[in-house]
Amino acid sequence: MQRSVLIRTILFSIAIVVALIYLVPTFVSKDKLPSWWTSVLPTDQINLGLDLQGGSHLILTVKVDKAIENNVERVKEDLAKALRERGISGASVERQGTQIELKFPAASAEQLRGVLKGDFGNFTEVKTQTSGGTTELLLSMSKQELKSLRDYAVDQSLETIRNRIDQFGVSEPTIQREGQEDILIQLPGIQDPERAKEIIGKTALLEFKFVDDTASVEDAIRNGPPPGRQVLYGHAGKGEGGIGAEKTAYVVESPTLMTGEYIADARVRPGAQLQGPYVELILNPGGARLFEQITAANVRRRLAIVLDNRVYSAPVIQERIGGGRASITGSFTIEEARDLAIILRAGALPAPVEIAEERTVGPSLGSDSIHQGVVSFIVGSSLVILFMLIYYKGAGLLADLALIFHVLFLLAILASFKAVLTLPGIAGIVLIVGMAVDANVLINERIREELRLGKSARAAIEAGFQHALPAIIDTNVTTFLSGVILYQFGTGPIKGFAVTLCIGILTTVVTAVFMTRLYYDYSIARRRLTQISI
Amino acid sequence: MELIKPGTKIQFTKYRHVAVALSSLVNLTVLIFLFIHGPNLGVDFAGGTLVQLKLQDHVAIPDVRSALGSLATGDTVIQDFGQQGFNEFLVRMEKPSVEIGTLGEQIRANLSKRFGEKGFEIRRVESVGPKVGEELRQKGMWSVIGATAMMGVYIWLRFELRFGLGAIVSLIHDALVTIGALMLAHYEFDLTIVAALLTIVGYSVNDTVIVCDRIRENMRKIKRESLESIINTSINETLSRTIITVSTAIMVLVALFFLGSAVIRPFAFALLVGFFSGVYSTIFIASPVILLWETKKRK
Repeated sequence: MQRSVLIRTILFSIAIVVALIYLVPTFVSKDKLPSWWTSVLPTDQINLGLDLQGGSHLILTVKVDKAIENNVERVKEDLAKALRERGISGASVERQGTQIELKFPAASAEQLRGVLKGDFGNFTEVKTQTSGGTTELLLSMSKQELKSLRDYAVDQSLETIRNRIDQFGVSEPTIQREGQEDILIQLPGIQDPERAKEIIGKTALLEFKFVDDTASVEDAIRNGPPPGRQVLYGHAGKGEGGIGAEKTAYVVESPTLMTGEYIADARVRPGAQLQGPYVELILNPGGARLFEQITAANVRRRLAIVLDNRVYSAPVIQERIGGGRASITGSFTIEEARDLAIILRAGALPAPVEIAEERTVGPSLGSDSIHQGVVSFIVGSSLVILFMLIYYKGAGLLADLALIFHVLFLLAILASFKAVLTLPGIAGIVLIVGMAVDANVLINERIREELRLGKSARAAIEAGFQHALPAIIDTNVTTFLSGVILYQFGTGPIKGFAVTLCIGILTTVVTAVFMTRLYYDYSIARRRLTQISI
Repeated sequence: MELIKPGTKIQFTKYRHVAVALSSLVNLTVLIFLFIHGPNLGVDFAGGTLVQLKLQDHVAIPDVRSALGSLATGDTVIQDFGQQGFNEFLVRMEKPSVEIGTLGEQIRANLSKRFGEKGFEIRRVESVGPKVGEELRQKGMWSVIGATAMMGVYIWLRFELRFGLGAIVSLIHDALVTIGALMLAHYEFDLTIVAALLTIVGYSVNDTVIVCDRIRENMRKIKRESLESIINTSINETLSRTIITVSTAIMVLVALFFLGSAVIRPFAFALLVGFFSGVYSTIFIASPVILLWETKKRK
């Protein structure tokens, strides 16, 4: 036997064995594999995409501008306080979007600039205007500062959401940043997507505010709240007594006494009889001190516990509360209380988020899709195999064998890449079966042509491969290129199709050209080939 | 077995004027419809929400609508989906779930009032916001256009400029014919359709490659004959190959179309149309373009 034939046979056999080894973990579950296997051999497998195993795919957009506005608002308040402390009178500080507008008597300009230079150095004057003894300044953060704030808001949101999902308990979630301000979340096999969405999407800004009992709620609703006050509505829990609570209005004092940033832990506690469960907050030492001060100075006043602008409860402060414990009640079901505790523990999002895209597939649909995919694969490839056999006889059988090895290699490579198989991906595998024989068709047609010219079997094969090869490469390059473009463009499931298409193209070339050529060379070497069945 | 007998000599280029006129008419009609009516955009591109429901017992569409109650507004479209007798429905709403809030929960609540908690199943929810939809639409369009141009450039580099032009013209033809067929069959355009169009572009250029390859080979071999006759010979010589490769692809696509998941059906349909069109356009569109270029140059 020729040396090159021998070497190629060995290489090809090794490839088949390796492919089989790579495929075992996909078809045999990990626990059933013997330990000697898992310690030495690959355990990577083809994973099912969310559209096949069921689950939720979410893209959240972080409203970063809101985060910046919140930040500027805080700076504005700090600035107003600093001006008061330095005794600069007659100055007004307003927030205009993400900028701060400052009006003050021109006389105190120097003193004021001193304050600005000190603690507010990250703001620069973008506009200065003096008229009639009053100076107007427009302060803004630098572009770089704004960018880092945006990045921080997204990263912080990501971290918080990751915390919430971890505590909610989803196995193998994917949570990652996408582009400028988006977060991609994938929750495989989730049973209750609505609940997960609630947990993920809540801003969870917890605030303590005083209720103004002297103001009339009706007046405030009709004519707008008095200065320094705002109208907030109640929260409707799903538990007993929660119905209609969202219609209850409260007039509260605008300044926030304390926020959720002091929370060290949050737990669900069973309520007293006939009362639902409640959530107990445990504050960190700083929070505990602050809470004690607030309650001590304001006994008999009503303290509203506000989450995302909904009043959960507004109890009267009976006495000074030490020890850093507070509770949130609100007609919860056990589930609601549990979810709320998760959110409070994980902390607030720095900015509201919005669901830009959602794709949720139930588990039964996924298994139906797999079943239908397998059926169409079997029927489709049987048709192709039968057709090739009838049309090309022996050469057709060879092409069919190449097709089977192609499928083997394709699946093995997918497994070794830990590729995600999606519904369009299955369609891709089925489609590729129809395309895989193309190279064999090209070669066979050419061999037939050469035979018609009166060439010997050996010469016809030689010429057939030689002439068909450039066209085979060109056709596969074009299909591969469109697969690459598709990969660039596509989202999850479509990417799965692009991946199977591109890998499938590579494996068809290998099996259809390399393997069939090897067979012919082997036959020629053994001098058996005088006639080709084609 | 031989499909096309050796020595077959069909004068394909003779029919080129009829074919070009016919194809131009078809393409123009599709373009006009695209501009007037626009394609039926799925939620991927138009934004909105799609819910796939499966009911335990047989119900009619109006029943589903009334069970949904206030959720089913004027813009809500409810249609049968999947195989007959499976009681599956697609509910399409124009608003994305971000605006409706906890849509899934509301649907669940309304349906369980009518059909009982176990009487139905929400199998799939897809919701896309308007911003994402617009973005995907742009990206999808440009990826198809980019791929088409890339194929032309590749053929130009591997063969000649006129072959590249022929390929581009025939690919535009295939894409338009497929889009027209999808519109005619009332399929919605979504991400899988873009995947199909890109696959068509990548695959139907194959026939052009094969024919071009043979034209080039024959131009070297047969110097005395006209380009038209060389093109005809080349098409005839590669005809059986062209038909067989497409046939095998058609076989698996037919299996996918009839037996595969209903989600994949528009995709399989698009590929079927596109692959057929690819064969036609290689023979009747790409070749005339190559010929036209040549005759122009001579003048």
